[in-house]
Amino acid sequence: MDLTRVDEIIDEHTKNGERSYPPVIPIMQDIQAEYRWLPEPALVHTAKRLHVPLVDLYGIATFYQSFRLTPPGEHQINLCMGTACHVAGAPLILGKLERKLGIKAGEVTEDGKFGLDEVRCVGCCALAPVMVIDTDYHSLQGKTDVGKIIDEKRKSDEKVSS
Amino acid sequence: MEKLTSLEKLQERRNAVMAERPEEKPRIIVSAGTCGQARGSLEVYEAFREAIVERKLEETVDLKVTGCHGYCEAEPNALVLPQGVFYANLKPKNVADIVEETIVNNKVAEKYVVTDKVTKESFSYASELPFYRRQQRNLLTLNTLIEPTEIDDYLALDGYAALAKVLGSMSQQDVIEEIKRSGLRGRGGGGFPTGRKWEFCFKEQSDRKYVVCNADEGDPGAYMDRSLLEGNPHIVIEGMLIGAYAVGAQEGYIYVRDEYPIAVRHLRIALEQARELGLLGDSILGSDFSFDVHMSRGAGAFVCGEETALLHSIESKRGMPRQRPPFPAQKGLWDKPTNINNVETWANVPLIVNKGADWFAAQGTEKSKGSKIFALVGKIRNTGLVEVPMGITLRELVYEVGGGIPDDKQFKAVQTGGPSGGCIPEHLLDLPVDFDALNEAGSIMGSGGMVVMDEATCMVDVAKYFLEFLEGESCGKCTPCRMGTPLMLQIVERICDGHGSPGDLDALENLAKTIKNCSLCGLGQTSSNPVLSTLRYFRDEYEAHVHDKVCPACLCPSLIRYEIDQETCISCDRCRKACPVSAITGELKQHNYYIHNHLCIRCGACEEQCPVSAISRLPGHEPPVQEKAGAAVTAAGGERKDG
Repeated sequence: MDLTRVDEIIDEHTKNGERSYPPVIPIMQDIQAEYRWLPEPALVHTAKRLHVPLVDLYGIATFYQSFRLTPPGEHQINLCMGTACHVAGAPLILGKLERKLGIKAGEVTEDGKFGLDEVRCVGCCALAPVMVIDTDYHSLQGKTDVGKIIDEKRKSDEKVSS
Repeated sequence: MEKLTSLEKLQERRNAVMAERPEEKPRIIVSAGTCGQARGSLEVYEAFREAIVERKLEETVDLKVTGCHGYCEAEPNALVLPQGVFYANLKPKNVADIVEETIVNNKVAEKYVVTDKVTKESFSYASELPFYRRQQRNLLTLNTLIEPTEIDDYLALDGYAALAKVLGSMSQQDVIEEIKRSGLRGRGGGGFPTGRKWEFCFKEQSDRKYVVCNADEGDPGAYMDRSLLEGNPHIVIEGMLIGAYAVGAQEGYIYVRDEYPIAVRHLRIALEQARELGLLGDSILGSDFSFDVHMSRGAGAFVCGEETALLHSIESKRGMPRQRPPFPAQKGLWDKPTNINNVETWANVPLIVNKGADWFAAQGTEKSKGSKIFALVGKIRNTGLVEVPMGITLRELVYEVGGGIPDDKQFKAVQTGGPSGGCIPEHLLDLPVDFDALNEAGSIMGSGGMVVMDEATCMVDVAKYFLEFLEGESCGKCTPCRMGTPLMLQIVERICDGHGSPGDLDALENLAKTIKNCSLCGLGQTSSNPVLSTLRYFRDEYEAHVHDKVCPACLCPSLIRYEIDQETCISCDRCRKACPVSAITGELKQHNYYIHNHLCIRCGACEEQCPVSAISRLPGHEPPVQEKAGAAVTAAGGERKDG
């Protein structure tokens, strides 16, 4: 794995030096922004360069929800499970999505197309229940068919690639 | 941009900005916070721009895109000044009409104003709307007037005037005294008096001090901090500058949720602008006060809203709380004295300095002063952010500002304070909303989330929901919270599944009290509130689950069954097609549709698909076994039809 970008990110965050403990969280955030997840070689390299035990990075990666140690889906679906979405029926929608995609929350479909995550909360309670695909917000009020939204996404991808 | 090296230079710049903006010049302002953008407000903005260019009105009218105006239900919406006409739920195709009517003909385009669904009364002006009428929008009004990426917009509205006043004429003690006198209390949930907090930090001797803005808004159902940062980031920065001056800090951090991309972007731009103008940096406005602010992005942990956990997170460690004392004012960030306040608290500071402590203290109740922003969400007509004077009753909030419960449903409870708060029942609706009254009722104000629940909400399920949340968010450091929340969850899950035993409720209550008394941090100590408050006010619902194995709201999947009303059913076959487990049998037009409850997984797909609402949920899992006459007994195996 080419670690040039990882080095650049570490340089960027440590150029002002001096803190007793290196800024590993922003570094990991930027690594994740680059690769969409935290590949093991990148973490091992970061630990070595910063003289931090790898277990510290693993601890942080598993403590904070935004870090992922496995690749996300090509499209990441975040279903909001905030309170307003919950009372508006988000648990039933989660069931529908899981059946539609054939995966459980936290997993990625076999073809790598879709990843499904529960999040709390995206703060768009007026749209509850809300689903965010990549950066698009979908309000699932009323009789919105989530299956159809997924199908359309798949179709539009096929169009682009063909 | 030229650096402002003195108080006079700041005033000169403000004068120059204001000279360019006559107040009577028409302005169209499109609300575009996260919710607005999700509903297409940027497309509406674009359509306005085109309509204006098409009519060659660029010189006649200003077009602005701002943060959220609070009325989420009416997004995308636009405000036309100076008249104050409010247009709601706009589509790009409506926009040309509005420009023509409002700007060219100077009339109200009646078609696009808000009309009350019940009374059919229509409201042309924002000030007339029931949603806005009762509000006291000290902070949110600024959101409607400021383009968040334009520092001049903020300067034109007395922006950084409070900082100038503080640097020019107030000592550190003066500032602290003013804040103390205003009665401002922490808006993040604790309600601790802000002035006293500042004083603690001020009194500490240290070569280095920090101020921190807690923008890790983790409560599900609360988004006022996001809205302030998106819509008016400079007011938060100005508040921090004043606080830093008062306590003697040189550096500040804003710890913001990374899930708020627009807030992060606007904040970053605002910080750069403030630095360029010399409002952050060395010798601010020619004084000997130097201060800069960094942004620290959260990585997704609810517990980081707790101040000691937040500090650990800024230090790039796991966000685990620690024992207090020492308080952050004594030993905070990198062991230096640190003052932490929430976004809304910081945002109130410039207003108090500008308008005076007396102005602020004149609003609200005896012990809770000023206004507070609430996120009014859930089963309510007017979803949105509302800023009201402290002391308004819950009833006024829910029924007058919020417009009541939609779909003719009955109000059941309002949940305040997020996972650390509780559920308040109907008979307490006349409770004044302030820090202390909500505490007495077994809830908390928290950061201001208010989720309204109607009769279709099961309160045991709500308790379960919050326990699931808290179990996942417990940092694991102290035993009562780490072990206790999963145990509480186990009991509540058992109750929801219909396996509760009579001793469960007492066990739950005891456990909840133990966790409350023994946990290390605020998250643990308040994690029992959802359970204790629902047990206190909705014990009958728990008992129905335990003794009668019935979910009165017909929501808990294990305690309900679905049934088709043969009278209403039109035999359209939609439910059978929708069922993922082939639990429905029947033939098109044969009026013999039937749900086999032993196969049904209670996913709700049939109920949702039914065009005539013939499918309903009934209490009791297994109905008395009597296959209805005519129902085909050939229920296909029960295999899943995925996809």
